[in-house]
Amino acid sequence: MDIPYTVELRPDTGLYNAKVGIWLFLASEVMLFGALFSAYILLRVGAPEGYWPHGWLNVPLGTANTLVLITSSITTVLAWVSLKANQFGRFKLFHAITLLCALVFVGIKSFEYHDKFVHYEFTLKNGKFADGHMVENKLKQDGNSFTGYAVIRGHVVEDERELYDLNAHKAPAHEDIRIDGAQIAKMGNYGPWHNTYTAIYFTLTGLHALHVIGGAIVIGFLWGPGSKLWETDPERFTNRIEISGLFWHFVDLIWIFLFPVLYLL
Amino acid sequence: MSKNENHPATAHSVRGYLIVYVALIVGTILTVWASFIHFPSREINIVVALVIAGTKGSLVAAYFMHLISERKMIYSVLSCTAIFFTGLMALTLWALHDFPSLTVTH
Repeated sequence: MDIPYTVELRPDTGLYNAKVGIWLFLASEVMLFGALFSAYILLRVGAPEGYWPHGWLNVPLGTANTLVLITSSITTVLAWVSLKANQFGRFKLFHAITLLCALVFVGIKSFEYHDKFVHYEFTLKNGKFADGHMVENKLKQDGNSFTGYAVIRGHVVEDERELYDLNAHKAPAHEDIRIDGAQIAKMGNYGPWHNTYTAIYFTLTGLHALHVIGGAIVIGFLWGPGSKLWETDPERFTNRIEISGLFWHFVDLIWIFLFPVLYLL
Repeated sequence: MSKNENHPATAHSVRGYLIVYVALIVGTILTVWASFIHFPSREINIVVALVIAGTKGSLVAAYFMHLISERKMIYSVLSCTAIFFTGLMALTLWALHDFPSLTVTH
């Protein structure tokens, strides 16, 4: 049995069915990300004075990723235009660039995540705070006490708030600092458990990255084995490219808001 | 089955897409630049960044996602989304000023 309205337009909607389907799905996605943006607003406004981070993320890398996603959006739409113009070779080229952009985006994001997981904050028993990237970790934890030592590349501050607004408090030059286990009251890296900012940062960007990976898998299939449909049913294949493109543009659109909210404000 | 019929507007639309692409690049640079300007209050920085992001988002939705020339059915779906999204944000803003009694605020 043939699936109806994959190419021809349904008389009552004026659209092929997949297009209605993808827009309904995107409508639900708006609410999903909307709920998380709402959580972000509540967490940010509820943070104590001086304890909402500024300048924690790498702006040049975030900007680069924004440009990469925007570029992938134009190649996606040009891939669809190429099929409309019966230029299958150009479609392959444009979507190959889209896939490359997806790979670069995930690569940069992974680098940023790794940077947070090797970045540690130590609360010292003398009331100071040591902060920096782990160089050598020979610490052993037994309950609340530590033995051994760690070497970090960073700095020590008197007030923890100096670690929060890096735009206002210019960090001194980083140097290798050895911290003995006996000095440590508490320690932890900048993973999602660090504070509410890293929690919402990893949740929002992690969910977005899953969308990028999911979209890239679909586009990759349509670029590779799925492209055989072009030979037998080109209009249906073109519609599939339009649908996957709509999802990809939505992923780009979400990042357009995530970038300033998380990296710049 | 025949291949797609040549789209008469293809060359014209490619030019339009490229203009939008350049606008998005410029918008991104503008967003980063504006974030380094010290306005009298941080709220102004937030408004400026969100206005630029909103403009960029509208360009993507209108031209790359073809919302500028879609069918009524899609607009109906998105109208419902807009109503619920606005309600969600209104509830969020309302919650900011509606603490239960005995709440400890900073």
